Amino acid sequence: MVLPLLAPCMESKDWGAEMAQKKTNLVSLEEGGFALFLVLLAFACIIVAGKTFDQVMAFHAGIGALFAAVGVFLIFKNYFDDGGQVIPQEIDGKPNYNIGPVKFGAVAAMFWGVAGFTVGLIIALQLAFPALNFDLPWTNFGRLRPLHTSAVIFAFGGNVLLATSMYVVQRTSRVRMPGKILPWFVILGYNAFIVIAGTGYLLGATQSKEYAEPEWYADLWLTIVWVFYLLLFMGTLWKRKEPHIYVANWFYLAFIVTIAMLHITNNLTIPVSIYSTKSYIVWSGVQDAMVQWWYGHNAVGFFLTAGFLAIMYYFIPKRAERPVYSYRLSIVHFWALIFIYIWAGPHHLHYTALPQWASTLGATFSIILWMPSWGGMINGLMTLSGAWDKLRTDPVLRMMVVSVAFYGMSTFEGPLMSLRAVNSLSHYTDWTIGHVHSGALGWVGYISFGALYCLIPWLWNKKRLYSLKLVDWHFWLSTIGIVLYITSMWVSGIMQGLMWRAYDQLGFLEYSFVETVEAMHPFYIIRALGGALFLAGALIMAYNLWMTVRHGEAEEADTTAAGSLAPAE
Amino acid sequence: MSAWKKHEVFEKNSFILLVGILVMVAIGGLVEIAPLFYLKSTIEKTEGMRPYTPLELAGRNIYIREGCYTCHSQMVRPMRDELERYGHYSLAAESMFDHPFQWGSKRTGPDLARVGNKYSDDWHVEHLIDPRSVVPASIMPGYPFLAENKLNGRDIQAELSVNTIIGVPYTDEQIESAATDLLGQAMPDTDAAYEFEERWPTATIRDFDGNPGEVTEMDALVAYLQVLGTMVDFSIYDNKANAR
Repeated sequence: MVLPLLAPCMESKDWGAEMAQKKTNLVSLEEGGFALFLVLLAFACIIVAGKTFDQVMAFHAGIGALFAAVGVFLIFKNYFDDGGQVIPQEIDGKPNYNIGPVKFGAVAAMFWGVAGFTVGLIIALQLAFPALNFDLPWTNFGRLRPLHTSAVIFAFGGNVLLATSMYVVQRTSRVRMPGKILPWFVILGYNAFIVIAGTGYLLGATQSKEYAEPEWYADLWLTIVWVFYLLLFMGTLWKRKEPHIYVANWFYLAFIVTIAMLHITNNLTIPVSIYSTKSYIVWSGVQDAMVQWWYGHNAVGFFLTAGFLAIMYYFIPKRAERPVYSYRLSIVHFWALIFIYIWAGPHHLHYTALPQWASTLGATFSIILWMPSWGGMINGLMTLSGAWDKLRTDPVLRMMVVSVAFYGMSTFEGPLMSLRAVNSLSHYTDWTIGHVHSGALGWVGYISFGALYCLIPWLWNKKRLYSLKLVDWHFWLSTIGIVLYITSMWVSGIMQGLMWRAYDQLGFLEYSFVETVEAMHPFYIIRALGGALFLAGALIMAYNLWMTVRHGEAEEADTTAAGSLAPAE
Repeated sequence: MSAWKKHEVFEKNSFILLVGILVMVAIGGLVEIAPLFYLKSTIEKTEGMRPYTPLELAGRNIYIREGCYTCHSQMVRPMRDELERYGHYSLAAESMFDHPFQWGSKRTGPDLARVGNKYSDDWHVEHLIDPRSVVPASIMPGYPFLAENKLNGRDIQAELSVNTIIGVPYTDEQIESAATDLLGQAMPDTDAAYEFEERWPTATIRDFDGNPGEVTEMDALVAYLQVLGTMVDFSIYDNKANAR
């Protein structure tokens, strides 16, 4: 699947090739370095696959060897196709942006999005109809749930972030990102991580740390990819032609750096052996809980918020054709948000064996966090000043604005739920699930959809989307889906929390646990219906984007288009 | 105006911006995490905590593998209804050998922190194979394959050694005989069981899955479930002394 996708996106190999005599350069340090690294990796994988008794490890080492070998093949295929020529940084005085990896990321995001939403629907139905677990190891809820969360957060969200960040940082720096292999290594390496992580869950390889389930070797691989991602991003900033670093890039940078810090600290494990998938985390008990939720809440704060705020700061002004509302507000927003967010984690551990000073500190900062969150929301919404009428005619912009509204709603609900009194009721119930999904479906989902709706026509040089009518359908179907989802989870969560603590007249607990489970059934069905509508919307989107790429009307007279020949004058 | 002007230093130097971000995001974590390693009040003083036996550890790894934590918490909060429903609230000491912790975040099913000795082994086996045969309204998946899978103890000795590196106090003797102890705990009245008893005087020896022929994953998981929340001796636990 990788090969045909890559072929059209690879560097414009025939650029000027007809005119210039084919001059073959030596393999560059970059090409040679990556090729050597991947060759060594492939050999290491083959050795591990041969020596291990652990079937999952053998399977993953096999995949690793295959991917590394394909990587080496692609590097050399590309080298022999273009003779190792140096790619021009500018064409006709305009930056020669590298959009191949961005295209790949956008397509991958759509693919993983549909896959992740589908798994979400399946596990929602499993909770309503447990027979759907089929009592097999690889289809039970416990293994599919991490598959769903990782697919939507890291596979869908991650590819959206990688693709948009590579696009935005090039555009706002007015320069081509560095490296020929490097950007491809980052985007393909990241997706290889997704494949290893996802198949691992199904086969039972998991650390059980929520949103950090992948085992040690997948974590190690992601660390390597992430360091190169940071280098790629910083490298683009170093080359930039603009004196100022645009605000979206501050958020992208905070996302990249902080995720690196969180990922490494929360995944410090010792493998049982290099031939075993199993590892033991160095932290234990209460300290592990604290590290985990410091990580977990900031996966929300820096992956699902800072990164997507960067998208807000680029795509909303672009689409609305208005400047960001307040430059000073963005400065305050940025520093306050990143400083305060990192403290909020322990509000996940109220009334647990974590000392109360820590959870109270977390809750305190969660309340303070409300301010920068809404500051950012205001900055995003007010960017529409003077362009509000576009909401009537442009469903893409509407989607992004509603996304920011959902952001405002869930960042109000979050601090509320971090209060000890509220948390004592909401914790462990579906209210948390509803809260997460108002943020995930409403905020992250919609801002990503909006960005992809903008990006696909830009990347493939199309005048416009195939159909705005279909975007409208997507918008309304998924909005109804989200509303069904979050309202059913509010009711079931608060109901279950109240049932757990209900006493009868004689002073006994009124309900057994399983009675509270029975009471949830209708709400689980409503929630699954909401999820189905959201998935239906995403399928319409995928069709619309496909038709845009295949049959959309081409943008005229775009001289930056790869491979197009300038007319002789 | 001057303060806004000074911000330009971050906007024009990517490296200074990077360092600024790192400083800002490091502070919160340091303040909240580091003290947990040196404040003595973080982990209560208790009697009875011991590391998991090889069989319990293997069971715990099955619990993790199947994602039980996605629906079951292991953390009883100090509230009247939870104390009555589940038992004494959970202590930090009770998970001090847990790498990783299993406190969980969702109760689609009930809390399991004190499930040990609450139900019979037979009930657990029946429930894990077909939950609705014992709890008709349950929505838990069935795990019939656990009773059929022979327990894989290939790496058990290495697993115990790795745990000692990160602070779990297994003795050399316990590590050396991990492989025989893994089976011995589930094979009562055998030589292996007598030897196990010498090394693990406070652990329970039973044929947990009711299938004396072999030691299965079911044996391991039930052994783990039956020890949950039972180690600390609450008859001599001093609530007041450990108040924090």
